[in-house]
Order: sequence, then structure tokens, then C-alpha cells
Amino acid sequence: MELLDKLTILSDAAKYDAACTSSGLDRTSRPAGMGSTLFAGCCHTFSADGRCVTLLKVLMSNYCVYDCQYCVNRRSNDTRRAAFTPQELCELTIGFYRRNYIEGLFLSSAVIGSPDRTTELMICTLRLLREKYGFWGYIHAKAIPGADPRLTQELGLLADRLSVNIELPSEASLTRLAPDKGKASILKPMALIRDGIQIAKRELAVSRHAPRFAPAGQSTQMIIGATPESDRQILTLSQSLYEKYHLKRVFYSAYMPVSNSRLLPAPQDFQPPLLREHRLYQADWLLRYYHFRAEELLDDAHPDFHPLLDPKCNWALHHLEFFPVEVNKADYEALLRVPGIGVKSARRILTARRCGPLGFEGLKRLGVVLKRAQYFLTCSGRAMVGLRVSQAGLLRHLTALDRPDTAPLEQLSLFDQVCPQP
Amino acid sequence: MSWTQVSYCYDGSFAGFLSCVFDSYANREAPASFSTPEEPQISLWPERQAATHLERAQRVYRSVAARISPQAQVLVRRGFLTCLPERELYLWNFLRLGYRQGARVTQDLTSDWVHGLTKAVYQLEHEAHMYKGFVRFSDQAGFLVAQIAPKNRVLPLLGPHFSARFPQETFVIYDQSHLEALIHQSGAWTITGAEDFQPGDPTQEELSYRRLWKRFYDTIAIEGRINPTLRRSHMPKRYWGLLTELQPEPDPQGLTSRTYMAYSSNVCRLSATKPNSV
Repeated sequence: MELLDKLTILSDAAKYDAACTSSGLDRTSRPAGMGSTLFAGCCHTFSADGRCVTLLKVLMSNYCVYDCQYCVNRRSNDTRRAAFTPQELCELTIGFYRRNYIEGLFLSSAVIGSPDRTTELMICTLRLLREKYGFWGYIHAKAIPGADPRLTQELGLLADRLSVNIELPSEASLTRLAPDKGKASILKPMALIRDGIQIAKRELAVSRHAPRFAPAGQSTQMIIGATPESDRQILTLSQSLYEKYHLKRVFYSAYMPVSNSRLLPAPQDFQPPLLREHRLYQADWLLRYYHFRAEELLDDAHPDFHPLLDPKCNWALHHLEFFPVEVNKADYEALLRVPGIGVKSARRILTARRCGPLGFEGLKRLGVVLKRAQYFLTCSGRAMVGLRVSQAGLLRHLTALDRPDTAPLEQLSLFDQVCPQP
Repeated sequence: MSWTQVSYCYDGSFAGFLSCVFDSYANREAPASFSTPEEPQISLWPERQAATHLERAQRVYRSVAARISPQAQVLVRRGFLTCLPERELYLWNFLRLGYRQGARVTQDLTSDWVHGLTKAVYQLEHEAHMYKGFVRFSDQAGFLVAQIAPKNRVLPLLGPHFSARFPQETFVIYDQSHLEALIHQSGAWTITGAEDFQPGDPTQEELSYRRLWKRFYDTIAIEGRINPTLRRSHMPKRYWGLLTELQPEPDPQGLTSRTYMAYSSNVCRLSATKPNSV
């Protein structure tokens, strides 16, 4: 089979994996090698679906022994199969990297033969890439659930980031749709990686020559909309993953109808829940950067996110007693809770107000989105001039911002017939 | 302001601008406009020819770090690379505020001059970050060649990144909007003015990598999520012209169509015509 065909099959099979980041690690190249990584990550292009392409995202192989219902590569699916040899994959990666097409390699694989054999193949590829080709760019590798812990350990010493996909947000769904994997078999490698990272960090504090184990941390992914879990369950799960397993990221992937299985939504009239995925990402950012808790955002009365309002606005509307926030006095955490103020603008406010009191005009210059923030702020005790909105009207105003097209406006013409003709 | 208003003519280099700052303080003159040989401006103010004086320029440059802050020095250096209209005026006024207020001038983010300057520098840094991803090299007989068309002069910001990434490669990045080229060779990089840049024909190997990359790019998008607006907002169309994956498929004989940017170079005529900035 030609390399072009292999690449087509194996990148097509890998594209449903949402994670494509190259962040979390700063490293410059070794003198004899090639490649560096940036802490902020770097997007090299954006595909037609608007998602960032930063790594060469391919499978080692898509021959799989498992039969997970939600997956395109399941054993029972009639699809073209291929496998890269380690040599081929290394040359492809280096060829792309030299031309600055990619930031590194995202290596995942279907389970060929057994988890151990699959992991061995991946280790072989990564070792070749690091040692023979002297490649020091970013490598994200998937740990295969069920593989020997020693193999996962070895994989982590070669890769920058490891991930284990949790795939479905509850144990019941997992047993139903992925009978070959269990909750335990997914969480076990995750705990293993967490411990490996902690040990490596401690050793690094003693000697700078200590080997680095997954220095850019670990991440995971779950599929949204294939199973009946509520947003609240999903977000609570993410929060506990961040806390218990110290994950860098949890990715959400709206389910794409790739299967005719009767256990899954029928593909004919299924719309992938893209808006729901978007709301989950917004809430995920609130957990990681805005000091919010999952319990604050959703509760028993509201188990799902508001479709018209982002989670932060929604929280603000239900907690009007917290507002207005005084821009010139409030602390960082309070500023972060105001809709329309983000991490950057909150930091700029802290800097700029040391030089003098801030007004609404100044806030605009600092990058605060006043069309949302104006309802929740005072500057030196004064609210925005001319702002008179009843509390009931607030929801209407805020949703109108997100959906300007709900009431289309029409340009009136002088020459239009105002009265109907007799 | 009690200082006389004048218009400065200088040679367009950073050292030239810093010499203007020196002259303006020495003669107690406030510039109302700046003009360079590339961008001549007619003004009603009396014109002053400011000669570039390296020693004075360095004195001013050092004083920015000492009397304002090292952060302000970075802001001035980068501010000069931006495409902000009347950037010299912004820089001069920023310096004037800085010499009066000291280090706190960089915190005063809402004042006109500081806001204008920090915003322009932010845009420069953002564009440089985008180009860290969007530069596309072509292999031409063992060395790498790329072409970019940025709004700001991003090459000084790209130099450290690419030389750390490819320490053993020899590469050239040509900035076609400012007619400058970044050249990296055996671990060191420099920027020279380059009037002309003639791309040559790509080799078979190069074409096959382009084909592989284009195929990967087309395959990785999920059909059910196609979203042109999102793609455009992350990657505005002004970048598309020089991206390998967004060009029409080259024909297999290795002949390039007119639209295909074969931005590799046999004939890469570099001539030092523009003065190099500090």
C-alpha cells in the first residue's frame, strides 16, 4: 500500500479524537537534534471544521480486537485497514516537522493483538524518533488501557503528554457500549500516570538529570451525546478528574453518528450536540481558570446548561445579590466572576487601577466586553450612564446579544408603500 | 507644551529614531510628525533633518531601561516594528511620559499613548505567534526557504524561535511586505534587506511531501462539523495565500501552475539595500 493511502486511512481513523494541543512544556532543541516546544502551544493550521491542527494526528494501526460501539475502528465495522511501520511514521513526522507543517506527533492506536503488543509498537516508534532521528518536538501518546504498567512507564519516558480516554461519562454507559473496557481498566493507567508524574517531579528536584515522565501532563476525552448523562454529571466528573488525577485537560467530543448500533442514537436524524459541547468547554474553563465549582454552575433544579446563555452569565443571573462589583476595589476573584471580564482583562484592571480610578471608557480600552459587563459593574460607585434595565429584562438583553438574528431588522426605504393599496 | 513644534526627517532606522529623540530633548523641540525617505510626509511645521548618530542612539536606548524600566525598553523596541500609523509619534510621547513618570508609565494602560502603543505591540506579538505556526518551508537542495506576508515586521521575533527549533538547518524566511529576509546559518541568524526573491521549482520529494500534507489536512476535518466561519476567525484569509494546504493540487509532472506559490529558491537574490535596524 502506498504511503499516501496509509496516511489517508490512519488519519481518517484518528480524527474523532478531539485533543490536539501542544501546550504545557517549554523546551529548546539539543544541539545535535531538531525540535522545540512552546509552553503556550502553537497551532499550525485550522481544518475546514475550524479545529486547530497542531500535531500529526494518526493511528499506528486501525486493526482492532475490540468492538466498542461508538468507535469507527471497531472490529465489526467494514472499513479499510492499514498500519504504519515505525520507520515510515518517523520519516513522515520528520518530513512534516522540517517544513513547519506540524508541532509534533500525536500517536494513538487501535488495539492490534493485545494492549501490550500495541504499546510495544508505539514505544519502538517513539524510541526511533527520539534517539535515531534526534527529534525533540512535542509527542502526545495514548496509553492503551490494559497494557503492562512497565510498558506505560516506558511510553511516558518518551512522550511529553500521555492520555487515556475515559470515552463515556458513566460506568453504566461504559459497560453497555464498550464491553471490552471497564471503568477500572481506564482509571488504573490514569492513576499510574499521575503517580509517575509526581515521582518524576520529586526526582527532578533532586537532580536535573533525572528522567522526565510525561512532563506536559496527562489529559482525557469523553464523548458527549451518545449516552443519556446530564451536563451536571459530566461536569462533576470532570471536576473530580482534575482534582483526583491532576489532569491538564478534559476534552469533550460531540458524538458523530458513525455506527448503526441500536444501543446508540440512530444516525439518520441525529444532530451532533455541538452547542452542548461548546457550553461544556465554557464551563470547563470556568473550573480551571475562574475559580468556579461544578456545584455552583449546575444543581438538581438545573441539570443542563441554558442553551441561550453562557454558563457564567447564567450563574450571574441567578446570583444577582453578588453584583454590582466595584471595579476599583474588588479583588481578582470577584472580577473574574463578572460576565464580560476574562483572565486577561481582570489582570489589566489590577494593573491599570494602580495609576488612577477606572471609568467605563477605560474598561473598554482594557478589553472588557461592556455589552455584557455593564449590567454587573460600578465604576467609583456609579453605574453606566443611561443604563436602566429591570432585573426581569436582564435575561432578554443578554440573550439578545448572543442571538442578534432572532429579530431580523430591516432597512426601511423612503419609497416603500407604507399603506396597502386599495 | 511649551516646546517648539517641528517635523523630523530621519532615515527610517531605529537608531535614526532614537537620534531624533536625543535631538528633540537637546533642542527642546516637540515633534509633530516624522517622515522617512520611504514615507515622505508634507507638514506645515518647520522641518528638521535628524542625522543618525549611533552613540547618541545607544545613550537614549540605555536610558530607557535605566530611567523608565527594562519592560519599557522592550515596548519601545517592539513598538518600532509595528505597523501602527504614526508609530514614532506614539513612541516619542510614550518616552516623554516615561521620563516624567518612571516605571509606572507601563501600568497606565488606559492613557491614550500607552494604550495605543501596548495594543499595537500586542498585535505584533500575536501576529508573530501566528506565523510561528503558519510559516511553510520548502526544501531546496538541503536548505529551507519560506515566504511570509505579515503586516508588522515580525522577523526579529521569529529569529530566536526558528533558530532554537532547527539549530542545524540553513534556512531563509523572506518577508515580502517589508522586503527583508531572515537568514539562519550554522547556529546564527541575521536579518538583511532583500529587494528581490525569485522562487525556483520544487523537487519531486518536496512535491510528494506537499501532497501528503494536503491529503492529511483534507482528511482530518470531520464532515459533520464543517464550519467555515470558525476557520476564518482562527485563521483569517490574509494568511491563506502562502499556506501549502490551501493551494490547488499541483499537477503530478512537477510543473507548477501560476497560482501555486513555489516559494523555494534557486535564485534568491539578496542585496543589502535597506539599513538594518538595531
